[in-house]
Amino acid sequence: MTELAKKRPEFRNINAFKDLTTYRMTPAAWVSILHRGSGLIMFLLLPFIIWMFDTSVSSEISFARFSAAFNIGIGFVPGWFIKLVALALIWAYLHHFTAGLRHLWMDVSHSAVNKEFGKSSAFAVLAISITLTLVLGAKLFGLY
Amino acid sequence: MSVNYGSKRVVVGAHYGLRDWLSQRVTAVLMALFTLALLAQVIFSKGPIGYDKWAGIFSAQWMKVLTFSVIVALAWHAWIGLREVLMDYIKPVGLRLALQVFSIVWLVGCAGWGIQVLWRL
Repeated sequence: MTELAKKRPEFRNINAFKDLTTYRMTPAAWVSILHRGSGLIMFLLLPFIIWMFDTSVSSEISFARFSAAFNIGIGFVPGWFIKLVALALIWAYLHHFTAGLRHLWMDVSHSAVNKEFGKSSAFAVLAISITLTLVLGAKLFGLY
Repeated sequence: MSVNYGSKRVVVGAHYGLRDWLSQRVTAVLMALFTLALLAQVIFSKGPIGYDKWAGIFSAQWMKVLTFSVIVALAWHAWIGLREVLMDYIKPVGLRLALQVFSIVWLVGCAGWGIQVLWRL
């Protein structure tokens, strides 16, 4: 056995702060972890999503309350914060949606399962979701 | 899918891998189609969207049926995903069980609220 082979590092009990930060994440790895992250965000914000659904469809009065929450704020929460949370949801949905389509495409197409496509499709997912988030975010905050 | 009843039931292994994987795909496709159906109605409605148009979209019977299925699909889809994430990152069994129970309560509760909003329209 050569000297080099003996010294190969072994990683056990990966530490989230010491080891994980040294990882070089590929685009596909970013898409993967963000898919989980965006899913978790939407899970945790589910009551807010249903509150928006409830107030926006239930009555004219509740619809006015819904609009006011975004424009003026509700209770002690300012409107810009509600918009920011909504923007986080928009990003989470767009990322989860596009990354999900990538998953489905890889499930049905054998030619999509290789390193090159994994990289290029991951870049496409990030580009599409971030661009659409910026476009819709600008609309949400009234930039156009 | 394995037989889990009678004299021919499979007594070893879990065998829910394929079921979970397929369920997650089917529910995902349903939710994607719902997104397109909702988006099309918003885009192709004439004039600015006020309360009447927005509530009108959801008050159509076919849309109620579709939205109902999507709420159920969402809870199911989120449960499979969350269970996977919890199994990957939460090692202490007691904590994991507690979080899994919380997830189920959270999802069932939210689904119930959504369905209530939908059917009183």
